[in-house]
Amino acid sequence: MDAILLQILNGLDKGSAYALIALGLTLIFGTLGVVNFAHGALFMIGAFCAVTVQRIFNISFETIDPSQKDFLGNPLKVKTTYLEHWFGPEMGGSIIDWSVPLAILFAIPVMVAVGFIMERGLIKHFYKRPHADQILVTFGLAIVLQEIIKYFYGANPIPTGAPEVFRGSFDFGVLIGFDPNAIIYPYWRLVYFGFAALIISSVFAFLQFTTFGMVVRAGMADRETVGLLGININKRFTIMFGIAAAVAGLAGVMYAPINSPNYHMGMDFLVLSFVVVVVGGMGSLPGAVLAGFLLGVLESFASMNEIKSILPGIDQIIIYVVAIIILLTRPRGLMGRKGVMEE
Amino acid sequence: MGILEVKNVGKRFGGLQALGNVNLSVAENSVHAIIGPNGAGKSTLLNCFVGKLIPDTGSVMFDGQSVLGRKPFEINQMGISRVFQTPEIFGDLSVMENMMIPCFAKRDGAFEMNALSSVSSQRDIHEKAEQMLVDMNMADKRHMNAASLSRGDKRRLEIGMCLSQDPRLLLLDEPTAGMARADTNNTIDLLKQIKEERDITIAIIEHDMHVVFSLAERITVLAQGTPLVEDTPDNIKGHPKVREAYLGETAAA
Amino acid sequence: MFGLNQKDKSTLIVVAALTLLAPFILNPFPEGSALAQFNAGYPDLMQRFVIFGIFAIGFNILFGLTGYLSFGHAAFLGVGSYSAVWMFKLVGMNVLPAITLSVIVAGLFALLIGFVSLRRSGIYFSILTLAFAQMSFNLAYSVLTPITNGETGLQLTLNDPRVLGQSATADGSIPVTNLLPGLEMRSTYVLDAGPWLFQFNLGYYLCALLLLVAFYVSIRIFRSPFGMMLRAVKSNQQRMNYTGLNTRPYTLAAFVISGMYAGLAGGLMASMDPLAGAERMQWTASGEVVLMTILGGAGTLIGPVLGAGFIKYFENIFSKINDNVLHGWFAILPDGIEDFLVFVVHPFIGKGWHLTLGILFMLVVIYLPGGLVEGGQRIGKYFKRGSDDAQSNDASTKPAE
Ligand SMILES: Nc1ncnc2c1ncn2[C@@H]1O[C@H](COP(=O)(O)OP(=O)(O)OP(=O)(O)O)[C@@H](O)[C@H]1O
Ligand SMILES: [Mg+2]
Repeated sequence: MDAILLQILNGLDKGSAYALIALGLTLIFGTLGVVNFAHGALFMIGAFCAVTVQRIFNISFETIDPSQKDFLGNPLKVKTTYLEHWFGPEMGGSIIDWSVPLAILFAIPVMVAVGFIMERGLIKHFYKRPHADQILVTFGLAIVLQEIIKYFYGANPIPTGAPEVFRGSFDFGVLIGFDPNAIIYPYWRLVYFGFAALIISSVFAFLQFTTFGMVVRAGMADRETVGLLGININKRFTIMFGIAAAVAGLAGVMYAPINSPNYHMGMDFLVLSFVVVVVGGMGSLPGAVLAGFLLGVLESFASMNEIKSILPGIDQIIIYVVAIIILLTRPRGLMGRKGVMEE
Repeated sequence: MGILEVKNVGKRFGGLQALGNVNLSVAENSVHAIIGPNGAGKSTLLNCFVGKLIPDTGSVMFDGQSVLGRKPFEINQMGISRVFQTPEIFGDLSVMENMMIPCFAKRDGAFEMNALSSVSSQRDIHEKAEQMLVDMNMADKRHMNAASLSRGDKRRLEIGMCLSQDPRLLLLDEPTAGMARADTNNTIDLLKQIKEERDITIAIIEHDMHVVFSLAERITVLAQGTPLVEDTPDNIKGHPKVREAYLGETAAA
Repeated sequence: MFGLNQKDKSTLIVVAALTLLAPFILNPFPEGSALAQFNAGYPDLMQRFVIFGIFAIGFNILFGLTGYLSFGHAAFLGVGSYSAVWMFKLVGMNVLPAITLSVIVAGLFALLIGFVSLRRSGIYFSILTLAFAQMSFNLAYSVLTPITNGETGLQLTLNDPRVLGQSATADGSIPVTNLLPGLEMRSTYVLDAGPWLFQFNLGYYLCALLLLVAFYVSIRIFRSPFGMMLRAVKSNQQRMNYTGLNTRPYTLAAFVISGMYAGLAGGLMASMDPLAGAERMQWTASGEVVLMTILGGAGTLIGPVLGAGFIKYFENIFSKINDNVLHGWFAILPDGIEDFLVFVVHPFIGKGWHLTLGILFMLVVIYLPGGLVEGGQRIGKYFKRGSDDAQSNDASTKPAE
């Protein structure tokens, strides 16, 4: 029992990332009808927003402290960050410590801007082109974006720490009445899950309860009719693209402590997220979320030793196997609507 | 027994009952017109014949065999060809190539690899396609890209493609829509001529009453997914129910 | 001759001349001159040109003709490489049986994957192929280690049986691949013509010959009824179905053929350098062949060959250029401008090649969907119009080739 719970918990953080990326992909696909291969790159850019903020916070100046000597006997050079200098070591230190959550504030405008530029500058011109062209051009864009990041940040993963209080793990099992040490769970993963749940519910609430969201949903269901009503649906769709970019970016920001950001993480997640979208059902938002968590948890189960000993290597391919089975037996995915991407 | 027997066919799209309870019998070697106002379910009915849709209820028999559950290509091989309301042709191919493909299908069946011989070495196919283009009065357009044809020409090409298969049942969904008057008359003449030359049954959906009354031997009037009446053209012309449900509407429109 | 029409015959002859004379054409600059860095007439590089050319020609038979965009073709290349290396390990160092096995195994693998993936079309097909390829890649890395040797990659060792050859040569090293006993793949004849150096490598010529065969077969396929059916599938599947044609066998045949081309490329790769690694199957590798085909011109005969050559050539050149080279180029300019230019160009060269490639690819998809071939046609048309604009502009109504 506890082992099962542990696997479910372990699957949640990856599942959350899949769900968030797939949610954005589906929003873009459902509203604009565009298959966006550059969506993983948005996730990656988000993660690098966290890296950037951490670097900015750590900008420092050197002073010479005559009271201390280094090992050669020279006066010791001390690096002090500006933040510590301005706000005092206490306050400045904790700001630096909290750089990842604080990066959210930085990432939102950046990601929305990136989304707008992408939609207005490129994607817009591909609405009427075949899906294959959309895939190709966004694939090219994904390469460009990841190479730009590589140029500025290098090829190696950049460790980006969570705030001190969330580092380490806690005994989750004891909290819910299991034996001590049965379920040890890192704090940050719980934070990530909570964060993902918050974002997902905000997106759904936004679509459900605002007029803007209602128009967008109507547009997703039937673009022509909404267009006929004289509502400028395109402008709203552009905004949706910005929102989808922000969702992917935020997923990336908060994922930075779990997986040190590197330039190809976007592609890695993209392939899986596409699989998630297809399993959930192209164009279905709840489907994307459900499939994201489902596959995350399944993957985690498949990596249990008990299962791997029966089916070696299953953890490596479980997601693809599920996707292939679903695509062949339920072409519309778990919750897909009829007529989406069908010829 | 007609060559096409439709019994109790019904089809629902969500809340819309597109076809109610359709019974229809098309006699062999006849021209049977299906008319009715927009949205009456005429195209939907044809879709049920060619495997594009599977009706919720009822049966569709062609020459004593059920077509339901068969794939479109199998139904075509039984001898049913269809011209669509919006032309379905190979837009990226030349007119000549468009015409050759059904000839290949007719000669070779559903699949023939034939990967190393050259298209231009297939004399018989060339001749047949060329002949069909001449019949359709399109020989001068043989090298054009099919997508660049006018709407009327696209439809004529599609009719030609279907005829080159020598089908036993030809389904025409508004074949003259978008055609100039002269081409419409040509098409009528061509269909009449084909009808005389070979054994073929034609089911035609048409809004142009001139075409309907020139060709049809029997007419079924469909309204809101159910056949109102079925009769000869002369009787249909004077039928009060038809005037009310159909002709009245077009007059008003 | 060869059952080709005049135009195709000349295309074939041009490609034959280009590949057979490549050691000259690609080494136009004298050794030691400043421009020698643009030479590409080295055996390993030339081998890569033609091997990727074969890969792209095969991919084009699927994508160019049917429009089915596979994102998993590298899997077949990888399988081909593994099969060939196993032949070298178990049977002997002759490349012909190894290449034959590569083609067969890749074809069977493609049959399996194609059978499943082709049940869907459009983006679903792309994702299915992607999923299969990633699955193969992951398996090659993990459970299949006994077959693939996991991360290290499959290599020859001194303990391999090689039943029809020898486990080790007389001097105790691993034997090398050959065409016939004594005719080693690596054997190279170097022609010293004054300051020029031309290298004629046996391995290269084997690859080149196979490229010509592959290219010839692809021309035949393009011009055949089968090729026409494939184009019809791309144009309108519905109409195919309502014309009594089952599209599945056509697309599956195209898929398997292109898989066999990929297997051939993989087998040749292993024949030139007998090792195989899982990274050859990764989806970025599949993406590369997509890039080559589109960049050159999908659906055209010569496009994929051009695209493969273009990408591999510039990959090599760009990777060699560094800031020092740039400074050398811009040396005549005033210092400030020189530094500025170097600064601007820097991100696009050396390790930045992929950035350049990505941008180029986007530009092609946006402005030149027909790739380099379309670019060439446009330029050609421009000059033609310039020279005889008195003539009426009878834009050829035949489908572009
Ligand atoms: N695939 C579908 N999904 C949902 N509704 C459909 C579908 N196909 C047709 N309909 C609806 O069914 C009704 C009948 O459509 P159909 O195309 O058969 O009419 P029709 O008689 O051919 O009209 P027209 O003369 O305009 O061609 C229409 O209201 C149409 O909107
Ligand atoms: Mg209709």
